[in-house]
Amino acid sequence: MNPVTPILDVSNLGINFGGLQALDDFNIQVQNREIVGLIGPNGAGKTTVFNLLTNVYQPSRGGIRLTGENTLGKSTHEITQHGIARTFQNIRLFKSLSVVDNVRIALHNSMTYSLLEGCLRLPSYWKQEAAATELSRKLLAVFDMEDMADAPAQSLPYGAQRRLEIARALATNPKVLLLDEPAAGMNPSETAELMRTIHDVRDKFDVAIILIEHDMSLVMGICERILVLNYGLIIAQGTPDEIRNNPLVIEAYLGQQRGE
Amino acid sequence: MATRLLKKTSFRYALNATAAAGLYIVLMALIDAKVLNRYQALMLIPIGFNIILAVSLNLSAGFLGQLPLGHAGFMSVGAYAAALFSMAVNLPTNVELPLALVVGGLTAAVFGVVIGLPALRLRGDYLAIITLGFGEIIRVIILNLKFTGGAYGLKGIGRQTTVTWVYISVLVTLFVISTLIKSRHGRAILSIREDEIAAEASGIPTTYYKVLAFTVSAGFAGVAGGLYAHYLSILDPSSFGFMRSAEILVIVVLGGLGSLFGSVAAATVLTILPELLRGFAEYRMVIYSLLLVVVMIFKPSGLCGRYEFSLGDALDKFSMLMRGRLPQKQAPAKGK
Repeated sequence: MNPVTPILDVSNLGINFGGLQALDDFNIQVQNREIVGLIGPNGAGKTTVFNLLTNVYQPSRGGIRLTGENTLGKSTHEITQHGIARTFQNIRLFKSLSVVDNVRIALHNSMTYSLLEGCLRLPSYWKQEAAATELSRKLLAVFDMEDMADAPAQSLPYGAQRRLEIARALATNPKVLLLDEPAAGMNPSETAELMRTIHDVRDKFDVAIILIEHDMSLVMGICERILVLNYGLIIAQGTPDEIRNNPLVIEAYLGQQRGE
Repeated sequence: MATRLLKKTSFRYALNATAAAGLYIVLMALIDAKVLNRYQALMLIPIGFNIILAVSLNLSAGFLGQLPLGHAGFMSVGAYAAALFSMAVNLPTNVELPLALVVGGLTAAVFGVVIGLPALRLRGDYLAIITLGFGEIIRVIILNLKFTGGAYGLKGIGRQTTVTWVYISVLVTLFVISTLIKSRHGRAILSIREDEIAAEASGIPTTYYKVLAFTVSAGFAGVAGGLYAHYLSILDPSSFGFMRSAEILVIVVLGGLGSLFGSVAAATVLTILPELLRGFAEYRMVIYSLLLVVVMIFKPSGLCGRYEFSLGDALDKFSMLMRGRLPQKQAPAKGK
């Protein structure tokens, strides 16, 4: 096999909402352990890409292959089991459950005991539950949250909630991690901290990361490659430096200069 | 760590089993010693099946977070199935009744799957209305079928429900539902209540778990129906109307959506209360309703919220309290 077979291969992806072409001709190949940024003005179709990758929306056309396997038509939870995990723009935690339960829910598919074994609490229940609890505490420790494990998720400070969402996504053992505006609402020092965390996650968990972000310091700081979307089309892609000086990107963000 | 956990839990199992057996012995002794008169002893049976109904409804309303209004429908399916079964066979009572309860429960569970699959595509108000409609349909069908006795009702069911069988059924229900909730399957059910989209994104097959919770809930309602049938010895479709579903829902909401302990407590109180208020004759329902209004105003999450009582925890707290106090008392003694 070709050594550079992409872990995620998206070709000609597109979707229409009624007469609106929300996304068209979207192509991306992501290699293992790559960090890719997805930027663009509001309404450009960034979150739509995530929703298509996880089949929250069914694409009107195009193909998605995850490690060579077609994921089109699979339901969201099957795609998660296949290895695409995501976080949400507006944090979606299991609010009234404890932090450790938030992670353990994502470990659901790593356990195999049946309904009967669970209700009768046979040995497989004890073994797998103990393993899952230990694993979730280890995961929380990576994010410096082990001492908050038993607190309800909604009681956490904002930054910790964002980190918990990433921890929960990682618990599903993904190959590709989709982060939707992870730095939204964070101050510069929290954002800097988050950048280190994202780097750590890539190194420790061996995942490819695609992130949507408006904070340019974060995008330019950690992304190896950036895609710029506008009106549902990719208008530019390249390294941070190429993107920074691309006139099309500047135009999309700032508008055309008058008289030119 | 796992072995310590196991040790601690097996101690708690023993503790709970002892408490359950102890309560049973006390109840039986009270009945034998005629402290509870015949009427009061008979009251234990409706308390029991109301507990089962409330706890099972709580699984779908409180833990899954989907509000069904047709619980009496599943109860009636279970009641008729169990009654028809026990009338058809001729076995010793202590074999026949449990078998009838299993038949009632399974039949109701099958109905749970059949209704749940289409109904659970909807949520909130829409699900409530669909299940409300289902409850009425079941009632009307039973009213018009020949083998259910139609409007005359089904007569001649053996009066086999005893306090003991009710007690066992309550214990089984509580055990199954509480262990279910604390397993990975239960956490999946809880995650759907918390955020369905996030649950799906965390790899939980949400449709499966919705139907599962709904089915288990319906199944235990069927068991309660079976107990009910063999307690009254006559079944009448009109007793499974919307009002009964509403009554069960009131118990669950009053006790606390998502608290099994709350459901047990509220079922007990709300079954006894109307009897206690008999002295007030026509004001009975006014007082009952006022109580509900007052609780909902001052404690909208229900009497227990999502609190769960655990004998083990209570004992731990108690022993900590004792240990915390003892050194304080001893300290001055040492000084002397």
